[in-house]
Amino acid sequence: LSRIGDELYLEPTESGLSLRAVNSSRSAFASFLFAPLFFQLYEPGSAGPDTELFRCKVHMKSFLGIFRSLPSLEKSVGKCLILLKPRASRLVLQLHCKYGVTKTHNLAFQECERLQAVFDTQRCASRLCAPARVLAEAVVHFPLTLAEVTLGTGPGGKISLRNYVEEEAEPSKTMVTELWLAEDEFQSVAVTPGSNITFCLKEFRGLLSFAEASNLPLTIHFDEPGRPVIFTLDDTVLEVHLVLATLSNLESNSQSPSTNGVSHLPATSDDFPDDLESYMIAMETSEGGIEGPPSPTFPLCTPPPAESEPEEDEEEEGAVPGTPPHKKVRGGCAWGQGVGRASSLSPQFSPQFRSLFFGSVMTPGRPGPTTNQEVLVEDSDGES
Amino acid sequence: MPFSAQPPASGERYALSASLDNARHLSSLLRAVHFQEHATCLATASGLRVTVEDAKCIQANAFIQAEIFQEFSVQEESVMFRISLSVLLDCLTIFGTSSLPGTSTALRMCYRGYGYPLMLFLEEGGVVTVCKINTQESDELLDFDFCSTKVVNKIILQSEGLREAFSELDMTSEVLQITMSPDKPYLRLSTFGNAGSAHLDYPRDSDLMEAFHCTQTQTNRYKISLLKPSTKALALSCKVSIRTDAQGFLSLQYMIRNEDGQICFVEYYCCPDENITEAEL
Repeated sequence: LSRIGDELYLEPTESGLSLRAVNSSRSAFASFLFAPLFFQLYEPGSAGPDTELFRCKVHMKSFLGIFRSLPSLEKSVGKCLILLKPRASRLVLQLHCKYGVTKTHNLAFQECERLQAVFDTQRCASRLCAPARVLAEAVVHFPLTLAEVTLGTGPGGKISLRNYVEEEAEPSKTMVTELWLAEDEFQSVAVTPGSNITFCLKEFRGLLSFAEASNLPLTIHFDEPGRPVIFTLDDTVLEVHLVLATLSNLESNSQSPSTNGVSHLPATSDDFPDDLESYMIAMETSEGGIEGPPSPTFPLCTPPPAESEPEEDEEEEGAVPGTPPHKKVRGGCAWGQGVGRASSLSPQFSPQFRSLFFGSVMTPGRPGPTTNQEVLVEDSDGES
Repeated sequence: MPFSAQPPASGERYALSASLDNARHLSSLLRAVHFQEHATCLATASGLRVTVEDAKCIQANAFIQAEIFQEFSVQEESVMFRISLSVLLDCLTIFGTSSLPGTSTALRMCYRGYGYPLMLFLEEGGVVTVCKINTQESDELLDFDFCSTKVVNKIILQSEGLREAFSELDMTSEVLQITMSPDKPYLRLSTFGNAGSAHLDYPRDSDLMEAFHCTQTQTNRYKISLLKPSTKALALSCKVSIRTDAQGFLSLQYMIRNEDGQICFVEYYCCPDENITEAEL
């Protein structure tokens, strides 16, 4: 998560503890959801009818500093206790170590809005699943400094990885590395032939090393260029999502399907990425709208997963039997509508990475689906 | 002064002359107190004491007893001079700092007296290096007046338990707060940094505790930048004793076993930063 952002968002939910991060340009989002079974004890606290479970964010460096040396942690730490104390404004991490020694860290936190990227794996036309090792071995051929890589689907079900070269780059001075992976290297391949997406490799590497270390297969969901690519890891007690924006081509945007509620998007200002937080987006889900009254205290971006899940429980087409269905897809909000809009309103940003839209607010007091949503500033506290 | 590349004959009168088969016995200890450029050396019949001070608040002493040396003779009652510790260490380790098994640097040290430089003769594998380091008059050293009768709290711990803690101290905290008490938390090391506060608690019945004699609850703060260099001494040591007196002065004594299994000591004395009675969260 530290490869993505400088702040760690902690969100206890009924389904587990979610740790999230987003990068400064809002083009990468990652979340790790640890199910209650992962812990010896998990008490998310109680949410009242009007309040949500408390969530906060801390500086990534401060949090990581507590877990500095993994080898020594493994040797000397027996258990770790994490307590969120809103009234004391402290996140307490207590490590119970060898010899009866106790290390207690009291971290200052900031309250925050819910951090949630808008994406939907169900709406991705293509899906690949491979052991992390296969992808790690493929990625090792690219230099560590390489920013972007293009993943493509070729003839015969082959998958290609190629470093992305800017159009402005001089052909004589650039090196292109391309490698092809056969279909049988993957655990499952369900792709649209001839598709390709370009995303940031640096942010992906972090997840890849985690996947390798935990020996979990990695699933890649992607669609057209410009729509986000979603990497997922699934385990009995852990669910990981990494959502990266992909490079889009201006021409393809006009074909973006639009759904309800998009038409009310206002014009962006010229510095579009900076004004993202004040950008209005459509919050509607294509499945039928947001249910439940909005919370007056803490704005919700989506209904709680339980309410919007039923349609998403079925396995995807072409899924390998035994592959767990993607039950806990976040949000369920349609993706891409805003993107299509954005590109047409800010022509100077092409081709470029589209920032991910983050579901954040619902206008309080209005029941049912809303078509005109105001996006409030995501972090309730300004300066860190 | 005549310069000679030969070690002096044993008949000559030198205020201090000493021989050591393995210079590392000396250099490793000196490194444990090397947080300032200069040090004061005091040689008496019982051995060599090297003192480093800073900010009139902290003093570190490295003791190398006469028994550690193969030869150690001090002509007067005591010999004292000030010298550049950085240069001394560079000379002692002139053949390199990595310790290959079986090889060691032999040292012969000679000091004629006031106004004369310290001569070092170092030999390894047949190669001899002669060093001449200028000495200065020593300034008055701090006297913390710390004696065992005035000790309020005393804890002896196995160094293993503190090593990681000290090397990972939150350096964004200005102070290191030490709480010693006959009741919980017994021994607590605290920092208050940018990220928040951190507390390290050692229970009285921990396997790490070798001795626990606390008579009253004391909480004292010390400038972390002054104490951080003691991490080197801690890394070398097998045991550490933590003592405080009524004024909150801190004494850290490190028991160090050298390569040949001989025991040496390094101690750090530190003044408290300010008087407080209650710890911050």
